[in-house]
Amino acid sequence: MTDGPTLTLFHIGKSFPGVRAIDDVSLDIHPGEVHALLGENGAGKSTLMKILAGMYQPDEGEITLDGARVVMRTPLEAKALGVVLIHQELSLVKELSVAENIYLGDLPRRSLGRVDWKTLYARVGDILKRLKCGFTPETRVGDLSIANQQMVEIARVLTTTARVVIFDEPTASLTDAEKIVLFDIIRDLKAGGAAIIYISHRMDEIFTLSDRITVLRDGKHSGTLATAETNEDEVTRLMIGRSLDLTRRIEASTPGEAVLDVRGLSCGRLFQDVSFTVHAGEVVGFYGLIGAGRSEIAETLFGLRAPTAGTIRFRGEPVSIASPAHAISLGISLVPESRKEQGLVLELNCRDNITLATIDAMANGPFLSGSREAAVFEKYRERLRIKTPGWRQVVGNLSGGNQQKIVIGKWLATQPKLLILDEPTRGIDIGSKAEIHDLIRELARSGYAIIVISSEMPEVLKVSDRVIGMYHGRLMREFTAEEVTEDKLVQAISGIARSEFSACAAPLLQTRC
Amino acid sequence: MAEERLKSATRILTQRGILIAFILFMVGFSVVSDRFMTADNLQAVFRQAAIIGVMALGVTLVVICGNLDLSVGSLLSLSTVLVVDLHDKIGPISAIAVTLLVALAVGAVNGLLVGVARLNSLIVTLGMLSAIQGLTLIYTGGQNVDIQNQDTTWFAIFGRGAILGVPTQILIFVVLAVVMHVVLAHTPFGRRVYASGGNPTAAVFSGIRRGRVVLATYMTSAFCTGIAAIILGSRVMGSQNNVGQGYELLVLSAVILGGTSLLGGSGSIAKTVIGVLILGFIQNGLLLLGFAYYVQWLVTWVVIILAVWLDIAAKRGRMFSPFA
Repeated sequence: MTDGPTLTLFHIGKSFPGVRAIDDVSLDIHPGEVHALLGENGAGKSTLMKILAGMYQPDEGEITLDGARVVMRTPLEAKALGVVLIHQELSLVKELSVAENIYLGDLPRRSLGRVDWKTLYARVGDILKRLKCGFTPETRVGDLSIANQQMVEIARVLTTTARVVIFDEPTASLTDAEKIVLFDIIRDLKAGGAAIIYISHRMDEIFTLSDRITVLRDGKHSGTLATAETNEDEVTRLMIGRSLDLTRRIEASTPGEAVLDVRGLSCGRLFQDVSFTVHAGEVVGFYGLIGAGRSEIAETLFGLRAPTAGTIRFRGEPVSIASPAHAISLGISLVPESRKEQGLVLELNCRDNITLATIDAMANGPFLSGSREAAVFEKYRERLRIKTPGWRQVVGNLSGGNQQKIVIGKWLATQPKLLILDEPTRGIDIGSKAEIHDLIRELARSGYAIIVISSEMPEVLKVSDRVIGMYHGRLMREFTAEEVTEDKLVQAISGIARSEFSACAAPLLQTRC
Repeated sequence: MAEERLKSATRILTQRGILIAFILFMVGFSVVSDRFMTADNLQAVFRQAAIIGVMALGVTLVVICGNLDLSVGSLLSLSTVLVVDLHDKIGPISAIAVTLLVALAVGAVNGLLVGVARLNSLIVTLGMLSAIQGLTLIYTGGQNVDIQNQDTTWFAIFGRGAILGVPTQILIFVVLAVVMHVVLAHTPFGRRVYASGGNPTAAVFSGIRRGRVVLATYMTSAFCTGIAAIILGSRVMGSQNNVGQGYELLVLSAVILGGTSLLGGSGSIAKTVIGVLILGFIQNGLLLLGFAYYVQWLVTWVVIILAVWLDIAAKRGRMFSPFA
């Protein structure tokens, strides 16, 4: 090993039709260094990583590994050179066992090409022990939780002698306990001399782990800082070009009539005996762990699940919501949890997605009116500040924040009385996040009744007039904006104090869900 | 730079590949066969293409909606047998009405099984393919059927007649294509078809009753095949009970050749029309060159593989996947 950097990027550039994704980016990563890569969605992080992993070819510039120029045409070539990418999206074979997945394509063999199961399970058993995983090598991957699948993905890296390991948002689906294990592993890799690139939106992780931070903005290199000599403010400024105060509490509004009144609502084992009221002009936040039944309540209110008990009153009338179409006609809208799977048709353009839920209203006689659709699109583009070259842009090419705004626009177009937002800012850069928070408050002011479901406590605290804590399918407690604090909320969803919670209970709670 | 030039050449070739191949084909055939580029022959191609074309219009809807319809081949057999056999028994108008109703019923069964019961469309329509084959044989008792008063019936207008000098079957294809294009591109229903095929979950989350949309696409597809059967019956004035055998693949080939994705959510009627013409010219050209009928099948396969390959190569920017 030389003293120089393990990996160097010289003036890398990459264009896609109509987009300059990466523009003259240079970067070097030294052995034993954790180099954090930050940027808003659409800043070019993913493209840059795909270039490093051999999935894309740069149009300009060159890459050197230990000082020698390398060209990586496929992920396999990249892997052979010791450059490994741990995907944000999992790439595991669900039908195979943990061990088979970890050694996929490189299974230990006995004579006649038979798989040497004994060696395989022994080796994988060691790795899992090192990762403190609570499952066996024989487990079918499809039976594991998403978090555990992520651990399998990480375990894969430990089987190779990786020179450069790229982590792309590795903690997105991990519990606190699993994060601690992951960070230990990253430190191990680092101590072993690997160069590590760590991509994340989460400032706390980046400041805990990294040695240096590189920020990308609009495909350009915005700055590289030594972690010890900088702070969150400076990094944020580099990312979005201005400062943002994410913790600022937004002013409360005065609620009007009760729009939604739920009494004793149950849905099998998903949630039981849920009662609450949402008034016009107020935001009610639902906070709880994943699996606490929050999304299921939203889906029931939107006609996707049939309740097994309880009553729903909407604007004073008892209703039984049979389907999403019915919910929409009543005036209930749901911005769903998963933007790409439930919210958008990625092949369709921006306009078609925004008018999808109101498509019948876009017709003039039997035919769609192009001008009416265009008017609706322009209205929400302006109101939500959606950044897109035009309505013809396919939504799959937009950044996460703008995609989410399209989904919100689609639902505002239905002119709902009740707007339910499930994880409205998941996987979105902080600039768009703040905009969406402001929007939620603005909508409440103009008279919408709003439910916000979120796993992020700061978000819930920031936007809600009232907060409901959920645990295992039950409403634990309801707080007003004045009385709620982080500690109280954590107690409500777990029954114990904050300090104990983060240390031991959180992982237990979450794995049980 | 030479490398740059090669790159852009590859890009043009992959993006416009099917059109370039088509033009080369046309030029090649015109040079080799002096009968290829004659008015008579072109009309023959269009007339031949009309039947596959009308069927392909309906199947395009099904495919954009994210499903397959393999039952159209044997539905063509059943419908042709029905319209021909009933022509002499209950008169042409009733025969046409019954045939279209039966076709719609078959489409409704497909649609309910795929759209409402949420069964796999490949299995449902493949099963329907053999079920209808059986049904046709039961109906005819294995006999072929034909129309007695071939020279006097007005039923001949569909397959043998012409309106204002244009063969009726071509006219039917063109009118249906225009109607279907308008439905798909300019009505709320069309948008629902694209959304249901592109992302079924998001479609449901947007208040679209997906089952109904799927049902409608299958009924449209079956209706189109019913129309094709009327043209075919009128042209031949008789029918064997397996006349539609293999049509399901030809029709699907035309749709794919045009560039409509089998994954659903994208495609268009215009694409299908181009696909139908390409397929028609290839078949005609090979016949003129004296190749046996079955050679078409082989060539069609090669063309389809090339078309699908070039299409996906254009999307990922290279011929072979890095994931292979």
